[in-house]
Amino acid sequence: MRPARTPGWGVASTLAAPALALLIALTVSTAVLAAVGASPSRTYLTMLEFGVRPDSLVSAVNRSAIYFFAGLAVAVSFRMNLFNIGVEGQYRFAALLAAAAGTSFDLPGPLHLAVVCLVAVLAGALWAGIAAVLKTWRGVSEVLSTLLLNYVATAVIAFLLAEVFAAGSATGSTPELPPSARLPELDGLLALLGVSLPAGAHLGGAVLGAVVLGVAVHLLLTRTLYGYDLRMSGLNPAAAHAHGIDPRRMIIITMLVSGGLAGLAGLPDLLGNTYRYGVDFPSGAGFTGIAVALLGRNSPLGIALSALLFGFLERSALILDIEGIPKEIVTIMQGVIVISVVVAHELARRMDRRRTARLVREGAPATPTAPATPAGPAA
Amino acid sequence: MPRLFAARLLTTCLTLSVVAACGATGGGTTAGPASGESRAGAGKITVGVAYSRGGRGDKSFNDSVGAGVDQAKAKLGVSAKELSPNAAGSDLEEVLRLLAETGHNPVLAVGFFYAQPLAKVAPAFPHTQFVIIDDATVKLPNVTNVTFREEQASYLVGAAAALKSSTGRIGFVGGVQTPPQEKFIAGYTAGARKIKPGIHISSVFLSQPPDFSGFSSPDKAQEAARGMYDDGADIVYHAAGASGLGVFQAAKAAGKWAIGVDVDQRKTVGQGLADVILTSATKQLDVAVLRIIQDAAAGKPVYGLQEFGLKEGGVGYTTTGGELGDAEPRIEELRKQIIAGEITVPVSPS
Repeated sequence: MRPARTPGWGVASTLAAPALALLIALTVSTAVLAAVGASPSRTYLTMLEFGVRPDSLVSAVNRSAIYFFAGLAVAVSFRMNLFNIGVEGQYRFAALLAAAAGTSFDLPGPLHLAVVCLVAVLAGALWAGIAAVLKTWRGVSEVLSTLLLNYVATAVIAFLLAEVFAAGSATGSTPELPPSARLPELDGLLALLGVSLPAGAHLGGAVLGAVVLGVAVHLLLTRTLYGYDLRMSGLNPAAAHAHGIDPRRMIIITMLVSGGLAGLAGLPDLLGNTYRYGVDFPSGAGFTGIAVALLGRNSPLGIALSALLFGFLERSALILDIEGIPKEIVTIMQGVIVISVVVAHELARRMDRRRTARLVREGAPATPTAPATPAGPAA
Repeated sequence: MPRLFAARLLTTCLTLSVVAACGATGGGTTAGPASGESRAGAGKITVGVAYSRGGRGDKSFNDSVGAGVDQAKAKLGVSAKELSPNAAGSDLEEVLRLLAETGHNPVLAVGFFYAQPLAKVAPAFPHTQFVIIDDATVKLPNVTNVTFREEQASYLVGAAAALKSSTGRIGFVGGVQTPPQEKFIAGYTAGARKIKPGIHISSVFLSQPPDFSGFSSPDKAQEAARGMYDDGADIVYHAAGASGLGVFQAAKAAGKWAIGVDVDQRKTVGQGLADVILTSATKQLDVAVLRIIQDAAAGKPVYGLQEFGLKEGGVGYTTTGGELGDAEPRIEELRKQIIAGEITVPVSPS
């Protein structure tokens, strides 16, 4: 993807920024911990000790599947310089419709599951599609429309729950999904590998789906005409337009793909944990997804790693309250990581550019340098 | 392009952080003594408390439970470890599991949101006593369900509103639209209709899950109540936690009545607003929590449904200020009828 460069430089610069960001985050967290009178070393050790327990690792991985889907959804739009801030509303709307659909008909095992997943994808795409239509038809900024549609989604979901899907339910939720619509657990797979989990810990089937989807999205972005058009539109909309890529078509397709991926973010919980959608359905993954996509530099592999990091941090945070250390430190840590990674990448980009300029001045063989950040907006 | 993009990104992040900050409620957690010392002392129990989203500092549900926990610590000398889930509400099960696993007993699950997680965790810890507040659906041998008959107290203040209203229009402002909140509007409506069948009742909930700002948005509550007063209502009842202040302010501005909730708000509200409060529908969460912990500390086995209604003194109405006046005998009569079982108050709006 990148044009000829000094070997190793690309990899180094890709890894340097996240590493720098983590270092900055660690420094800031240490300062905050010291300021509130908690021992930083004890805090980190406690988190690490608790975080690497088998049940903690499983919990972190399960969490990361949710953040991976949400991050992927955000990243696809970022690639085209579109901001889908509405993953939050899209995935909750999708989860509600999937829950309602899954209980309204009966099909044999895998087929039932597949239809429920399809409903989630379509519902997520539908909700994101509203913003796409508003943008192409009326020029409404998708930053605003997707963000505000989150609030609309909350109200619509509340209405649908109260009046349609959970009317008369004591718990305010849809009925439970039958076993045929649930994701299988992967504990057996782990057992084959010789890992046995403590009671109460289960590796969710969504993890496998996340891996498959990650590869699929990678191929979509790098090996298909659509992926090429997407990257071209993101890098230089004018040039892409001149090459016959219709920007409006790209906006619509990209928002639909992004929304469809967002629709999957509710499924690990819906199909592997709660089995029903109610007022108590976990929320917030859509916003975490934005941070995860930024940290992961919009690449499926990067998003997977940052989703795992976020999952690990959130799980480890649990133990801090028990030990009398404010667990909000982890939220601070996550925020600082994301801000630092954006700043670090901007620094890396400038260094890169200065280096290229120097090479050109020194009369090195002119290497056509692509804009330094094919990976999207965070640079 | 990248520069423009960086600018957009920054703007977006700022917008998001503002939104996030608005959405966050309290968030503070009060940690008890470190676990090392808390397990010391034979015979002493260590209570584990898992609060609802938002944790302590919400000036509402969590704080009322917290008050009971604090009294237990002071009066019974028990120690307590108090945890809150994350803002997303995605780690409720893990919070419960962690408390049970680290030897806390009993473990209090504060709020009906814990129903599903508790149903999974409780069977894994048969020797731990779990207590869930505001839920009657989890039925397990080691689970105590504590529920309050808020609909009974709401019925009485609904009757009071109907008796004192001169316009025939009254209002209700709810915090967040969740199943437990339905009891308030159901009881209030039934009580008011008992007195005046044709009374006009307007109601509104300030937010819907997962947006829990409805319990901490006095501005929204004030707006909602003002609309009701402008529309001719002369009494508005709120069940909106810390948002209730806005209802009182609207009542003050309009020169109309308001009805408080949970505690005797005429005594607690201050700010020159006390005189707009006709009465309050009380709910003795702290008393119930203290009693549960007391029983556990005494080694008394508690399980099953523990209902706190008018009969048990768990809910009630207040007469501070004497504003109810000649309406009081009628309300007192209704109270006795409910206790005697002659009146059954509905728990969901008809």
